[in-house]
This record gives sequence, structure tokens and C-alpha cells, in this order.
Amino acid sequence: MELAVTAQPFAHQRAAQSQRPRSRGRRLPMVFKLAYRNLFHDRLSFIVTIVGILFSVVLVAIQSGIYLGSANKIATIIDAAPADLWVVPLGTKSYDDPSFLSGRERYTALSAPGVEASEDMVVSFARWRKPLGGETTVLLIGTAGDSPKALPANIIEGSRGALEAPNTVAIDRSYFNDLGVSKLGENAELNGTAVKLVAITKRVRSFTTLPFVFTSIDEARRLSGANQEQASYQRVKLLPGANIETVRNEIQARLPDTEVLTQAEFRTRSQDYWLKQTGAGAALDAGKLLGLIVGIVIVAQTLYSSTKDHINEFATLRALGAGAGYIVKVILIQAVLSGLIGYVLGMSLALLAIHLAQDTKLTIIMTVPLAAQLFAITIGMCVFAAISAIIKVVRIDPAVVFSR
Amino acid sequence: MTTESKVIVEAEGIVKVLGAGASENKVLKGVDLQLHTGELTLMMGPSGSGKTTLLSILGCILSPTQGRLTIGGLQTHTMNKEQLAKLRRKHVGFVFQSYNLVPTLSAVENVMLALDLRDLNGPDAYDQAADALEAVGLGHRIKAMPSKMSGGEKQRVSIARALAGSPSVILADEPTAALDAKNGLAVMELLAKVAQDTRRAVLAVTHDHRTLPYADRIITIDDGRIAGSERPKLTEKAVEMAAH
Repeated sequence: MELAVTAQPFAHQRAAQSQRPRSRGRRLPMVFKLAYRNLFHDRLSFIVTIVGILFSVVLVAIQSGIYLGSANKIATIIDAAPADLWVVPLGTKSYDDPSFLSGRERYTALSAPGVEASEDMVVSFARWRKPLGGETTVLLIGTAGDSPKALPANIIEGSRGALEAPNTVAIDRSYFNDLGVSKLGENAELNGTAVKLVAITKRVRSFTTLPFVFTSIDEARRLSGANQEQASYQRVKLLPGANIETVRNEIQARLPDTEVLTQAEFRTRSQDYWLKQTGAGAALDAGKLLGLIVGIVIVAQTLYSSTKDHINEFATLRALGAGAGYIVKVILIQAVLSGLIGYVLGMSLALLAIHLAQDTKLTIIMTVPLAAQLFAITIGMCVFAAISAIIKVVRIDPAVVFSR
Repeated sequence: MTTESKVIVEAEGIVKVLGAGASENKVLKGVDLQLHTGELTLMMGPSGSGKTTLLSILGCILSPTQGRLTIGGLQTHTMNKEQLAKLRRKHVGFVFQSYNLVPTLSAVENVMLALDLRDLNGPDAYDQAADALEAVGLGHRIKAMPSKMSGGEKQRVSIARALAGSPSVILADEPTAALDAKNGLAVMELLAKVAQDTRRAVLAVTHDHRTLPYADRIITIDDGRIAGSERPKLTEKAVEMAAH
């Protein structure tokens, strides 16, 4: 082995002696380079880490998406037929927990100052008898055909106008199997009355197992046994410039045996009932928590294991004078990089699953804010998981580099 | 030692006790030591004599139980862990028995890491690191990974790393112990060359008697005390004998 012996001390080596071209451009910071080299050094450990994060991201994304989808589904009817104020029977838990108002509410609401219009909506449980036999319970919904927000929305076959004829209904195509019909013109029975399918919707699904069946307001009253003045809810529209709280108080004073809710309040009440009071939301939250815990445990274990595998290097860095902050940075960059890669892969998989579930009974929604939240949670989860590795590394005694 | 040399490290009355209670062990029992710039000092002694402990203290990795240590005019006894780490990275370079290179970084990256720790990570850091490797004869291996290097090459990278940023003290722990005779002598020649810089002092802990001819000063330590300090006269014959 030959040594490059020169006459000059090393500190005075001049670049001109080197034949090597000088390098140009900025390079990656060493702390970052050290982190990603450590991360990818042990391929198996890296894959395990990414799989753990991916699993966590997919689980949390799907559970969150189902939660959001469920919340939207619960509020489907309220969102499709919005109003400034809703007059509902006292004690109404959710829009699909229907009962009937007395029948005087519409005109009473109209008499309040600031009210432009008040529309009836009938919501009622009904018995659907399939053409080939068998019965199932449905949620019957009737609105006035001349209303700008007449239901249903999203009609893909037939028309809303056809529902004004007697004994006609509209259903969503995803309920064909449940209701035993499959095309326009088919007949079935609703509360003992023959009805004909005249309109078909797409992706208008109930949160519960009860399919929606839409019809006109008059037909809904007749089929549910209500009188011609009765409705389940009043949808009140305000005059431009009217103060919503003032009008609400006016109507409430005139109708003390009802509740007057804003659109947002009725929506939230319905969502809270199904997602919080029934435990459905808690089940989804438990799934999310499980996903988080799995992610934290796997990342913590692999990061800790990786730190142990590289403990000599960290001890050497300490011996060379690296501050604790420098080494913590290496660990944190490893954690964040893992989180980033795991998030991208996990979210891609989640989006694929969401896309495939689009026309099924499961409604999963992903929004940009939710995706951003999930990104923050993923990175936060990985940083939290790095704590055990960080504790290990800051306690290193650099003197171990001399132990042989 | 030349007329330009000065004391760069001064240890006075260094005592080090390890453990506590029944397992208490007084490893160093009052050590006075000076390291001069422009000088290669070898420290020798039997196993358990306290060489490595003294080296750790001189390198500010361990703190003495009693006594004072001054490096480059800075007294260390009032410094906390982070301050000692800062002193270490600015003023001390280490050469380890097992090289202790980062296996996931190439030779030049290992040297750049030392520069980075010393906040010398400007745009010319790569060139500085490459120059340091050229100076130790590894200009053709700057991108090699440690796993693809021989023991001698790894130790030379370790020396380049120790020199990066021009610290004033180089401490080497058994630098030739893991090397064959030829590579060991080459490394000692390199350390001797490094020690010629009058701004720098080099201390090597060694058991290897073949390294003796390279020393400007030899300190022997026994049972936690300095047993002797001499400046051997080199003869051509002694150098020749050591080389063979």
C-alpha cells in the first residue's frame, strides 16, 4: 500500500495539486443524507415500517371517509331540500324519526313576519311489498312538485313531474334488489296500495337499511294516513334581509308545541343522533384509533430497532462532538420520511378503495381537508413513534466507542 | 518537538473514579500531562492501566472526578455535556481502533460528516473532504463505501475525517491494532506526518512496539499514574528495524 507523502503539512494542501475537477452546486445536507441512508439501509425493516404506516393510513382514511360519507348520507335529504328554518315536532331526534305536526303549522309559519314561503314535507315509515312476494320497510318521503327543491334529486330515468300522477313512486337504482324492481313501469305495493315506478335516481341512499321511496306530497299523505293539512316538517324560506333569529323566535312563539331549527341545527342533530347516540360513530372512531395505534407501534418498533442497529454510529457521532440535537434531527428525519412515503402509498390505496366503493352500499368520502388532516396525523404519528428511539439515542455514552 | 511548539493540552492532577460504593474503582490517581503541538506522543501501558480512560478525558468524552483539563486555553471543568461536545467537535479529532466509519456513507461523505459537525458545510465541503482524502493517499477511492475498503484504507479515511476542519488535537486509540504490519506502519507514518504541523498535537494510545520509532515522546502509564515520559532518539537503524 503506497502512501501519498508530501512535503507540505495537510492543512496547506492546495486544490491546484489535485487533478480532480472542483465540484459545483449545492448538496443534500449531511443530516438528511445520514437519515435516508439509515432508513433504506435495512430494506426489510424499511418495508415493515412502510407497511405499518400504509395499513394505518388506509384504515384511518377509510374509517374517516366512512364517517364523512355517513354524515353526508344522514343529511342527504336535508341537504337536497334545504330551508332557512325547519319546523319539526317536539323531540324529533333525526329527520328519519318522523311523526306528524298538527296541520296548522304551515299557515301559522306563513303569518310570521319575514317568512316568504313554507312548504310541507311528509316523512313516514311504510311497508313495501315486492312484486314477487316479500315485504320490507321503507322511508316514504313526499314533497310538493311545484317546490324548487322538490325531491328526489339526481333522477337518471323518468322525471319528477311523473310523480304528480297518483300511485307513482321513485326509488334509487341501488335498491332494486331490496325492493324487487329493476326498471321503470314496474309495479309494487306500498301500505297495501298498488304503486308504479316512474323515476329512478342514482346515489340517493339512506344511512340506515331503509330504502327511500319518493312520491308527491299528496300521495305521501294518503299512503301514510295523514290528513290533507298534515306534514312531518315545514320548510320555511325567509324573505331577503330577514333576521333568522328574529323570525325563528316569532314562529316559535306562535307554535310552542314544535321546535324551530336552522338548517345547520337540524342537520347536526340528525348526524349526532346516528353517529353519537347510536354508537355507530364510536365504532368508526374505534377503528381509526386502532389504525393509529398500529401505526405508532410498528413505526416505534422499527425506528427503535434501526437506532439500536446503528448505535455505534450514533455513539461515534457523539464522540466526534455532535450535539444531541443533531442526532435527534437524524431520527426525526427518518420518521418524517417514513411517514411521507407511507402516506403517499397508503392514500393512493385508500383512494383506489374509495373509487371502487362508489356504486356500492358503502359511501366513503375523501376531501382535500380530510386528506390534509390525515397527512398531519400520519407525520405526527411517526414523530411520536420516534420518541423511544430519541430517548435511546440521547442517552448514548460516547465513551462506548472506546469499548472493545 | 520544535521551537515553534506550544502546550495545547494540559492535564493537572486528573483523578477518575468509576462506579460507586462497593464497585468503586479509582482508574486514574492523579495524572499530570501536557501535549505539545508539532509532536507525536505515544501512550503505552498494560491493560487496565487507565490509558483509554485518560484518552477519553483528554478528548472531553469523560469528565475527571478531580483535576483540571485545559485544551487550547479553554478550561473544561466548568463545561456541561453540550459545551464539551462543542469543544470536542471544534478542537479534537479522533481516530478509533475499529475506524468507526458510518457504513452507509462513502469515504468522502464520512469526511464531509466531520466537516458538517464542525459547521464547515459550505459549497466547497465536498472539495475539502476530497482534498483530505487525496492527502492520505485515497484520492482514487473517494466514493468507495467502507464495506469495499481494506482495513488500512478505512483507517486512512478515519485519519482524514479526524483532520477535517483542522482540529488542534488528534487522539488515536490503538490506530494500528486492527491492521497488519505493513498497513500499521503506513498509518503511523501518516500520523507522524500529521504531527509535524506545528498547530496540532497528536496522541496515540498503543500496545504496538513497532510504532515506537515514530514517536517524538513516549509516555508510559501504569496503575492510573504516569510512570514515565521520554523523548527517544531515532536512529536510522531503529527505523529500519521497525520497518522490517
